[in-house]
Amino acid sequence: MKIIVCIKRVVDTETRVKIGADGKSIDLGGVQFITAPYDEMAVEKAIQLRDEAGEGSVTVVTVGPAAATKELRTALAMGADEALHAVTEEHLGPNATAAALQAALGDRAFDLILCGKQATDEDDAAVGPLLAAGLGLPCVAFVHSLTVAAGHAIVEREIDGETEILEVDLPAVLTAQKGLAEPRYPGLKGIMAAKKKPLESVPAEVTDGPTEVRALELPPARSAMVTIEPTPAGMQTLLTALRQEKKVL
Amino acid sequence: MADILIYLETAQSSDGAALKKPAAEVATAGRALADALGGRLVAVITGSVAPEGVLGRHGVDEVLHVEGDAFGRHLLDAQAAALEAAMADVEPASVLLAATVLGKELSAFVAGRTGRALISDATSVGADGTQVVASKPKYAGKAMAQIAATRPSIVSLRPNAVPAAENPREAATRTLAVEAPAARVRLREVVPSAETQLELTEADIIVSGGRGIGGPDAWDEILGLASALGAAHGASRAVVDAGWRPHAEQVGQTGKTVSPKLYVACGISGAIQHLAGMSSSKVIVAVNKDPEAPIFKVADYGIVGDVHDVLPMLSEAAGSFLAG
Repeated sequence: MKIIVCIKRVVDTETRVKIGADGKSIDLGGVQFITAPYDEMAVEKAIQLRDEAGEGSVTVVTVGPAAATKELRTALAMGADEALHAVTEEHLGPNATAAALQAALGDRAFDLILCGKQATDEDDAAVGPLLAAGLGLPCVAFVHSLTVAAGHAIVEREIDGETEILEVDLPAVLTAQKGLAEPRYPGLKGIMAAKKKPLESVPAEVTDGPTEVRALELPPARSAMVTIEPTPAGMQTLLTALRQEKKVL
Repeated sequence: MADILIYLETAQSSDGAALKKPAAEVATAGRALADALGGRLVAVITGSVAPEGVLGRHGVDEVLHVEGDAFGRHLLDAQAAALEAAMADVEPASVLLAATVLGKELSAFVAGRTGRALISDATSVGADGTQVVASKPKYAGKAMAQIAATRPSIVSLRPNAVPAAENPREAATRTLAVEAPAARVRLREVVPSAETQLELTEADIIVSGGRGIGGPDAWDEILGLASALGAAHGASRAVVDAGWRPHAEQVGQTGKTVSPKLYVACGISGAIQHLAGMSSSKVIVAVNKDPEAPIFKVADYGIVGDVHDVLPMLSEAAGSFLAG
């Protein structure tokens, strides 16, 4: 079972966003970076599948800046076998990211590609299905459960409050929703071992994306708060305001 | 290429098929974009549903209907084939659909297969000359990007972001014959959830609880207020991580991003990841005993008090207020 996991280096979810001088991106000064949380879940699941099968390999791949070596090493420390880094300092949109991933993978053989459902910077939830389309593979996004059998996988996902159980032919591209696996913290042994694992760097094949960011702005500030007393009269005041002023009841 | 194509999800139930709630919003946004570009608005629908009346009301000029059992339930390969057939027929400047789980998957998959520019999870869409331009939240809503498509595009629209408006006309219907592709993804089973509530991202009102509720046994207070307000109910990450509530109810950066008309945060302190998931709500009411809680910084109405006192009081008041 050869599994490829696509990960992305993103700003920490704790980050307070400031707009950069170009007005099109965020100010990265003093910002901490992490592996996108759903991507970590995908890495963990891949390691578990390999270990349950007792054979196979987990390859982590990223398209990102030279500094993303840190996130690849973290995945190796968790237990992935090898890493592939398509290096670009450009911030790519979803179409261009998927194209660069596909180019980096080249003609590698695999049984399964796992991605996080979305990276927590762009929040597009698009690279997995875009990559599946590019590779001509089937796709199921937002899966919270995955088991692998001969030639196919059984996955579960939540749609409109119902759980769909789907069977998908392999190879396929699946994207991880919370619940798929709880990422482990890499131990010291893993961190030491990761230093010796293969990490291949290649220049990313960057194509002109068909979208351009014209501006990035902070969301509009919210109006000042009205304090409501925690009393029955206060509740009436609140309900009346919600109906008559805000027209939401 | 000035026409706009919209793809509308349908829900299958024992009563037959019906359009899902965001359909009218997608049609409204599509109508405005078609008018801006000087084109027609065409809708594609799949499976056994005949909603011409609804669609005409929201500005659709023509409905393309893809029939057949393979298209009834949403399975990606078949839906992609249906949408691509409609795109080949209409040659639209842009394709609009709802940014639901299925809509995000379908839009990216079809964008990849047809080489179209993708703008995912937009909160508004318009035209600058002949170019389609959309606003979309990034960093879980901590920033808003203006994104232009330099090629024909596919745009998924966040539910609840564009209010549905009427623009009635007579919508013609045409059947589009599409051969179902081999299903590489097959449905084995659908397990209904134990409790049914409206999908959080589509709800008009959400009542959410945090760790301040105290425990799973006290959740009745959240459910009681939600019921009194006719609301869906959500939870903070702390509550989901503690196992009090399922992940499907989680609002925030690793849960759902919601923009209801009214969001009532109860016993939620307002971690930055939670605020990211709900601060685009139109009106926010917060109940918390800590007057310094960050949730009050985004709230329109704040009640400083114990949730165990305030929630029953508010539930009772809401019950009689809305009945009267």
